[in-house]
Amino acid sequence: MEVKTMAEMVAAGEQPELLFWVGCAGSFDNRSQQISRKLVEILNQASISFAILGNEEMCTGDPARRAGNEFVFQMLALQNIQTLNEYQVRKIVTICPHCFNTLKNEYPALGGHYEVIHHSQLLKSLLDEGRIKVKGDVFKGKKITYHDSCYLGRANGIYEAPRDVLEHLDNEIVEMARSRSRGLCCGAGGAQMWKEDEPGRKRINVERTEEALDTGADIIAVNCPFCMTMMTDGVKAKEKQESVMVYDISELILQNEP
Amino acid sequence: MNIGQIIFILLFISVVYISVRLYTRIWRNIHLGKKERLRDQPGRRLKNVLLVAFGQKKMFKRFIPAIFHFFIYAAFLLTQIELLEILVDGFSGNHRSFAVSLGGFYTFVIGLIEILSALALIATVVFIIRRVVLRISRFQHPEMEGWPSKDALIILVLEFLLIFGIFTMNSADVVLQSRDIAGYPDTGNLPISGWLGPWLMGGAGTDFLIGAERFGWWLHMLVVFGFIIYLPISKHLHIFLAFPNTYFARLEPPGQMRNMEDIMNEVKSMLGMTEDAGSVDLAEELPNFGAADVTDLSWKNILDAYSCTECGRCTDECPANITGKKLSPRKIMMDVRDRATEIGHALDRNPEISIEHFDDGKNLFDRITPEEIHACTTCNACVEACPVLINPLDIILQMRRYEILTLASGPAEWTPMFNSMENTGAVWQVPDERIAWTKQDS
Repeated sequence: MEVKTMAEMVAAGEQPELLFWVGCAGSFDNRSQQISRKLVEILNQASISFAILGNEEMCTGDPARRAGNEFVFQMLALQNIQTLNEYQVRKIVTICPHCFNTLKNEYPALGGHYEVIHHSQLLKSLLDEGRIKVKGDVFKGKKITYHDSCYLGRANGIYEAPRDVLEHLDNEIVEMARSRSRGLCCGAGGAQMWKEDEPGRKRINVERTEEALDTGADIIAVNCPFCMTMMTDGVKAKEKQESVMVYDISELILQNEP
Repeated sequence: MNIGQIIFILLFISVVYISVRLYTRIWRNIHLGKKERLRDQPGRRLKNVLLVAFGQKKMFKRFIPAIFHFFIYAAFLLTQIELLEILVDGFSGNHRSFAVSLGGFYTFVIGLIEILSALALIATVVFIIRRVVLRISRFQHPEMEGWPSKDALIILVLEFLLIFGIFTMNSADVVLQSRDIAGYPDTGNLPISGWLGPWLMGGAGTDFLIGAERFGWWLHMLVVFGFIIYLPISKHLHIFLAFPNTYFARLEPPGQMRNMEDIMNEVKSMLGMTEDAGSVDLAEELPNFGAADVTDLSWKNILDAYSCTECGRCTDECPANITGKKLSPRKIMMDVRDRATEIGHALDRNPEISIEHFDDGKNLFDRITPEEIHACTTCNACVEACPVLINPLDIILQMRRYEILTLASGPAEWTPMFNSMENTGAVWQVPDERIAWTKQDS
C-alpha cells in the first residue's frame, strides 16, 4: 500500500490537504494497523490528498500525561509540535480518540494549533456529501451496537457523528443500557492499557462486553483502537468470538470482501 | 418588649456570631488551595449557574430522585419569604407582620409555601425510606459508614421537624382566626392548614391553640437557626455552594488536562527549543510537582469538596468502582474536604502558625491510597455525573503527578512504557519501523 510521508511530499513540492495522524496503536498494533489501512483506502476513494509523518511521528504523550509523567509528555509533545509546525500542518485526521483529544485540546498550550478531526467526523461528512458510499453487504442482517469511547464522547462531546455514520448502513442499531454521556469506559484509558487492573471483582472490559452482549448485537462497533483491544478481549473472555465481532466503524462502511 | 422578643434577639445575635465564625472558617479552608483565576467568559458561567444550579438540569438525568429533590429545593427557596416574616415578627413582637399589608398576595405566597412544604414532606419521607428501608446501593459504600450516613439522616429529620413546625403554626393560627381572637390577622383561605387546622384542632381550647401556634413558630425558627449552624459541619453545604461552584466550574473540554508550564519550559530548554538557552532557572531544590496535600490543589478543588453532598452519582458511574475496585470518586472529594477541615482546625488551635509553615506530618496520601488513584481510567464519568459540576478526576490526576514526578514511584508496569516513549517515541517497545503498517495491503 502506498502512503506518502510529509517528507516525501515536501520534497516533491507538494502540500497535502490533510495529515493522517496514525498513532502508536494504528502503527504497531496488528488489529489497529487494519484500521489505518482502511482509512487510507477511504481517503484515496474520496480523492483527498494526504500524508503521514511516518517515522517522524511520535506518541502524542497521552498515556504518559495521564499516568502523571509530565516530563515524558512534554518531551514527546514538543518534538511532535516542532515536526508538525515545520511541515506547516493545518488539518489533522486521526483514528484514535486519545491522539485526537491531545492534539486538539492540549497541544495549543504548547504552541501547536491545528484543526483536528476524528475519522468518524471525516466519515460522516464524506458520506453526507456523497464522496464515499457504503461498499459491500457482508454484514447484511447483522445487529450492531455502538460503544462510545470516553475520549470522543464525554471528553469532547462527540456522540452523534459515529452514530450518523452507522445510520448509512441498512443494519439495525441497538443501544446499550449505558450509552452516550453515560457510556461505560472499556477500561483502557488513563494508561490502564499498560498495567493490570487494580484488585476488584471484575475487569472493566468484561463488564462492558457483557452489556454489549446483552443487546443481542452481532457486531460491536467502536471508534478507538484501545476500545477495539478491550472489547475484543472481552468477547474472547465471554467465549463469544465465533458469533460476535468487533469492528471499527470505518470497516463497516468500506467492507472487506469475505 | 416581651420576654419572647428578648430571647429571640439574644438567639439571633448568637446565631449570627457563631455562623460568621463557622462560615469564615469554611472560606479560609477553601483558600488553603492555590490561587486560580476562574472569571473568564462570565456569560457561559452564568448560564451554568442558571441551568445546573437553579435549573437542576443534571439532577434530572435520574428522574425519581430529581423530582423529590426538586420539591425540597423549591420549598427551601420559597420558605425564605416566610422566614423573612418570622425574623420581622421575632424582632418586632408582632404577629404575621406581612399579612395585612400584602392581603391576597400573602394568601397566595403562604398557600404556595404550604403546598411545596407538603410535597417536601413527602420527599423527605421518600428519602428516609430510600436510605433506611430500600438501602439504595449508592448510599451503602464503605465511605458512607458512620458519620456520613448519620449526617444525612439528621438533615432529613431536621427537614421533617421544620415542616411539622410550619403546619402546626399555620393550623393553630387558622382556628384562632375563626374564633376572632385579637392579634391573629386574616391569612385568607390556606390550601392545607385551612382544612388541616379545623380537622385536627377545631375542638381544642383557645389556650392550647395559642400555645400550639407559638410552639410551631419557635420550632420552625429554632430548626432554621440550628440548620444554619449545623450546615458548616455537615455535607449539606451544597445548598449554598452549588451556586458558586457551578459558576467557577472549568469551561475547558473535560478531556483537557492543565499544562504544567514549569516543566514545559524546562523540557524546552533541555531540547534546545528556547531562544536563549539557559534562561530557565533550575531551582536549587527540586520543586514539588503535582498535589500531595490540599495546599497543592487549586482553591476550586477544595470548593468542589465542600460543595459535595455525598450523593454518590459519581461513584455509581465510575467503571473502576462498578467492577469492585477501591476507587470511589465521592470518597476522594470527602477526603479532600476532611483534610482541609483538619488543617483548618489545626490552624485555629495554633493561630501563631501560618499556612506556609504548617506541617503536621500528614497529607492527602494518608487518606487516599495509591491503589485508589491507580484504578482511574480518566473516563470522565464522575465529572459528567455530578449535578453541581464537581471534578474528582482533576484531583486524582494531580495526585498521580505528585506520585510520578515528586516521589518517582507509581505502578511498576508503567516504567517500561515511560522508557519506551522516552527512548523510541512509541508507547510500546517494538522492533518495527513506525511506517511498517504501510508495507502490507489491508
